[in-house]
Amino acid sequence: MDPDSELLLQLRSGDERAFVSLVERYHEPMLRLAASFVPSGAVAEEVVQDTWLAVLRGLNNFEGRSSLKTWLFRILVNRARSTGSKEQRSVPVADPEPAVDPSRFGGGGWADPPEHWIEAAERRMEAGKLADRIRAWLGELPARQREVVLLRDIEGMSSEEVCAVLALTEGNQRVLLHRGRSRLRQLFEDEFREVR
Amino acid sequence: MKLLHRLRYPDLVCQQAVELVTEYLEGSLSARARRRFEAHLAACPHCTEYLAQMRETISLTGRLEPEDLTPQMRDEFTDLYRRWRSEQQ
Repeated sequence: MDPDSELLLQLRSGDERAFVSLVERYHEPMLRLAASFVPSGAVAEEVVQDTWLAVLRGLNNFEGRSSLKTWLFRILVNRARSTGSKEQRSVPVADPEPAVDPSRFGGGGWADPPEHWIEAAERRMEAGKLADRIRAWLGELPARQREVVLLRDIEGMSSEEVCAVLALTEGNQRVLLHRGRSRLRQLFEDEFREVR
Repeated sequence: MKLLHRLRYPDLVCQQAVELVTEYLEGSLSARARRRFEAHLAACPHCTEYLAQMRETISLTGRLEPEDLTPQMRDEFTDLYRRWRSEQQ
């Protein structure tokens, strides 16, 4: 039995872990693909969610003439095509958002300088106890900052690729990356400040 | 000449330096802005630490497995599946 039909059997028989593992395997690749069809990461998110709903609805009628994976991506692409370019992408990057809380400076210099946390973070990362925190923090970032950080710093895309995928100008991409990374740095500092 | 230069391009303060970190790491600062930023770092251990922390932030984020879902998303999809199951019956 090929792995797809085994998975399909589990999905139809109510094995929720089978569904979650399917989502784990394809959710992010689908998000990345959807982002090339629709004008924003937020719309891509909706398209992928719609795709999962359609997958569940179609599960009992899926005949297995293509692989499960091909089927998933075909649903995604159809939906992304019909959704794409409906929404205009607007990037609220005009509002100032300082990298560091202004109250930590006096006369432009550090009054409350950055606390050391690199070694503590490395130890906790190596112990496997930090990754979930980072994921949660990523989820807290504003959507556009998160999209850029995900594609640049997790997927390892170049700034040019990210601009193309998310329909951003070079300047806006850099602003969003800067704000996203700066927020994350602050979250690391806050996390390890409490430990000391 | 040097004094005139310093008048025209005053030293960076820390609050400005932290806003240049991403452009510095992206290599998108002009040569002059880059020198000015590096001159500030050479004199400022706090901003040197800050830059190291931004690099560490990028490094730690980059070590996440891309396929993993957040626990929150996992819960959402489990709920979605359970709802679908209950509609089947």
